[in-house]
Amino acid sequence: MSEARYDVVIIGGGPGGYVAAIRAAQLGMKVACVEKRGALGGTCLNVGCIPSKALLHSSERFAEAKQHFAEQGIQVGELKLDLAKMMARKEKVVRGLTKGIEFLFKKNKVDYVPGTGSIPKPGAVAVELLDGGSAMLRTENTIIATGSEPMSLPGLEFDEERILTSTGALELKQVPGHLIVVGAGVIGLELGSVWSRLGAKVTVLEFFDHILPGMDREIGAQAQRVLKKQGLEFKLSSKVTGAKRTKSGVSVTFEPTQGGEPSELKADAVLVAIGRRPYTEGLGLEKLGVRTDERGVIQVDGRFQTSVPGVYAIGDCIPGPMLAHKAEEDGIVCVEMLAGQSGHVDYDRVPTVVYTWPEIAGVGKTEEQLKEEGIEYRVGVFPFQANSRGRATGDTDGLVKILADAQTDRVLGVHILGPIAGDLVMEAVVAMEFGASAGDLARTVHHHPGMGEAVREAALAVHGRPIHI
Amino acid sequence: MAVDIVVPNLGESITEATVATWLKKPGEAVAADEVVLELETDKATLEIPAPAGGVLSAILVQEGEDVEVGATLGRIEERAGEAVSTAAPEPAAAAESKPRLSAAPKREREVPAPATTPASAPAPAAVSVPSGLDPAAVPRSGPGGTVTLTDLQAFFEKASRDAVERSGPAVRKLIADHGLDPAQIPASGRDGRVTKEDVLSFLSAGAAPAGPAPAAPTAPAARPARPAPVPARVPIGERREERVRMTRLRRTIAARLKEAQNTAAILTTFNEVDMSAVIELRNRYRELFEEKHGVRLGFMSFFVKALVGALREMPQVNASLEGDEIVYKYYYDIGIAVSTDAGLKVPVIRDADQKSFARLEREIADLATRARDGSLTLEEMEGGTFSITNGGVFGSLLSTPILNPPQSAILGLHKIEERAVVVDGEIVVRPMMYLAMSYDHRLIDGRESVTFLVRLKELIENPDRLMLDV
Repeated sequence: MSEARYDVVIIGGGPGGYVAAIRAAQLGMKVACVEKRGALGGTCLNVGCIPSKALLHSSERFAEAKQHFAEQGIQVGELKLDLAKMMARKEKVVRGLTKGIEFLFKKNKVDYVPGTGSIPKPGAVAVELLDGGSAMLRTENTIIATGSEPMSLPGLEFDEERILTSTGALELKQVPGHLIVVGAGVIGLELGSVWSRLGAKVTVLEFFDHILPGMDREIGAQAQRVLKKQGLEFKLSSKVTGAKRTKSGVSVTFEPTQGGEPSELKADAVLVAIGRRPYTEGLGLEKLGVRTDERGVIQVDGRFQTSVPGVYAIGDCIPGPMLAHKAEEDGIVCVEMLAGQSGHVDYDRVPTVVYTWPEIAGVGKTEEQLKEEGIEYRVGVFPFQANSRGRATGDTDGLVKILADAQTDRVLGVHILGPIAGDLVMEAVVAMEFGASAGDLARTVHHHPGMGEAVREAALAVHGRPIHI
Repeated sequence: MAVDIVVPNLGESITEATVATWLKKPGEAVAADEVVLELETDKATLEIPAPAGGVLSAILVQEGEDVEVGATLGRIEERAGEAVSTAAPEPAAAAESKPRLSAAPKREREVPAPATTPASAPAPAAVSVPSGLDPAAVPRSGPGGTVTLTDLQAFFEKASRDAVERSGPAVRKLIADHGLDPAQIPASGRDGRVTKEDVLSFLSAGAAPAGPAPAAPTAPAARPARPAPVPARVPIGERREERVRMTRLRRTIAARLKEAQNTAAILTTFNEVDMSAVIELRNRYRELFEEKHGVRLGFMSFFVKALVGALREMPQVNASLEGDEIVYKYYYDIGIAVSTDAGLKVPVIRDADQKSFARLEREIADLATRARDGSLTLEEMEGGTFSITNGGVFGSLLSTPILNPPQSAILGLHKIEERAVVVDGEIVVRPMMYLAMSYDHRLIDGRESVTFLVRLKELIENPDRLMLDV
């Protein structure tokens, strides 16, 4: 058994872990990153954000050709789907990016240790190496960045054939005739969109009476209308109680959340996308004495330190939104503080993006949160219907909504349903980092014609003076 | 009635201070015990609270001027308890009350943009209160909707916090990294925002004159109609120099060091020590020690322990001269020199002879951290009987430290380096460190100083002797 000494050992090579590793190396620390998947990049690169974005892009092109070319005067012959090729392209994208991180590790002299890590005691990380054997890494600091895994529903055991996690839903060999999606959150809507565009009938079952729980309700309601128009069917306030595999598919039972007669729905497959939970199995946290809450979320202090000195945790396995970019920022701030710097991640300024088309994006407080917190606010909205660029490209669905403090005019939340909403929301994130007011956004020159003009107009609308509506 | 703000008693051996910053401007309201200015003394920055509540009516000593204990710094016109009208930088609109906004937000209604529209340039003087404030936003809890002192204080405090909050992530981090008081940084950004450039020029102008600026300044963006930051930046490529006023701390360091050289008969004696035993001991118990005590076992605790042992045997080394008398001290307060961005500081470990290794390590770590973030108190830096300075952390092989008066000796530690040495007729590789002890020859003779250092060497090379006291 070999032994090596490090300043930091990071368990998990996802967006939180690998970014922390590179930043720590930049700061002059000796770093190792332990990853058991056999590829770096974590859920995000391998079975999450990246493959889903590849499929969302491909399927969107397919849907566009099918539905919108003709109206623009483009005639195509018979449109055919080559799913195997689409999947191969997705794989290639993933492989390229994960290899890219290995290169970045080499460049920054981060030791990549492929294997399963555990923490026998503070200051040590034991690794069962993927190619056999084991290693013991001595370290001043240990960072847990093991991420999360899909949550299952009682009565719906994953088999990745009929009852799918997001991972399975990214690797289907053929387009299902009917796909049921349990959960109208980010993952459900994205993967529902993919298969719907490729020809599947998609039914989304949601426990709450609205889609995208946690996001701004007005935006969610509009998004639901748009997605319905695209062919997704929604059954809200539906509690899924079980699923049975049948000879040819799966049968899902559900009942109204308020109580009532159960119904049954047959499909070729069901995707369970009701959320994710921290993945910390096998780390030895109980024995080590690392405190977690009842849902297994690791508790950390302002320095990301767990209840055990010298052991830190970042990303999906600690509180806060389960998002790659949040994990990255956790990782950077955590190692900078190890290097004696100061830092803080404000989770109120972490943007959320749903990569459907139109995209759905938001940052800061929702209107519901402001009401609940009793904060006086003003609202400005502007529809893409009145945006010239949107008209030119045919992307007229959606709106920009800006919430500003009624006293100070400070931007408190920005929510967008519309073309490139994910990119548009970034100007709001930067603005909010500088405590900008709606007036600041309104007085910032936006290029014409551009989708961004809708942001400016919404900011003007906060004060009741939009120009183009 | 007017109440004077005077320089308080600053503690042992400090008679003079410099006015660093006035946090209030003449005409501004202050509450009793609210900090009105900061004094820099030899060793630390002191906050001077208002002796009474009221309005700051006069500033008698300007920033940068020296004052003696008991001098009058300024005057407060007492108006305690009374509701005052706003003394904000833009008081004109204070009484004007805006129509209250209804709780229910309305869309598409023409409402004048509140507060933050531009036009109001930031106040050019020391900005203790961010500019661009809306006087109408001051809370009014006094009788008949008047503004009370407390209202005003709360308002300004919040405004200062807000200005930082609105200054963006890079600035927030810089301010936190350097432990700066944001109210002292002149803000040139829109609506009172502090820009990164503001912080960098503030740092190079005085907060850390000794060290290089912590981050490379970014190319300043074009900002029309703002005064150039001080010191003015010169395009790269020109032969560049800049004049920066010494901080009080730097002036004190300069004066004290020269005083030591002028007064004492300084001589330095050298020796070298084989660190094998200490390193071996440390490696053997490092983890156990850390697990049990929650602090890393370093080399400093060994040296402090060994020093105390040697000082006990040679009391002259722990003594000082006062006039014609020699004062022998039978307590062991060891100063530890800490290099900080602001300059050298020497916090003191009291009664080092009575402390365990773990306690010593913990105190050293704590004092060093606080020396760097500037939170040491004056008392913590006063009255050491002997000092240690460790140039080894910067890679020094050998140097001659200067005394820290009135102490009579100082030990210089250096880097540990593997060197070929001869042991029992064989050339072997050993981790060696040079020791240097500077001492005041007026009080300590050559024989004593050499014996002292040899004794120290014996104790470090045989740490078991520390335990047995032999």
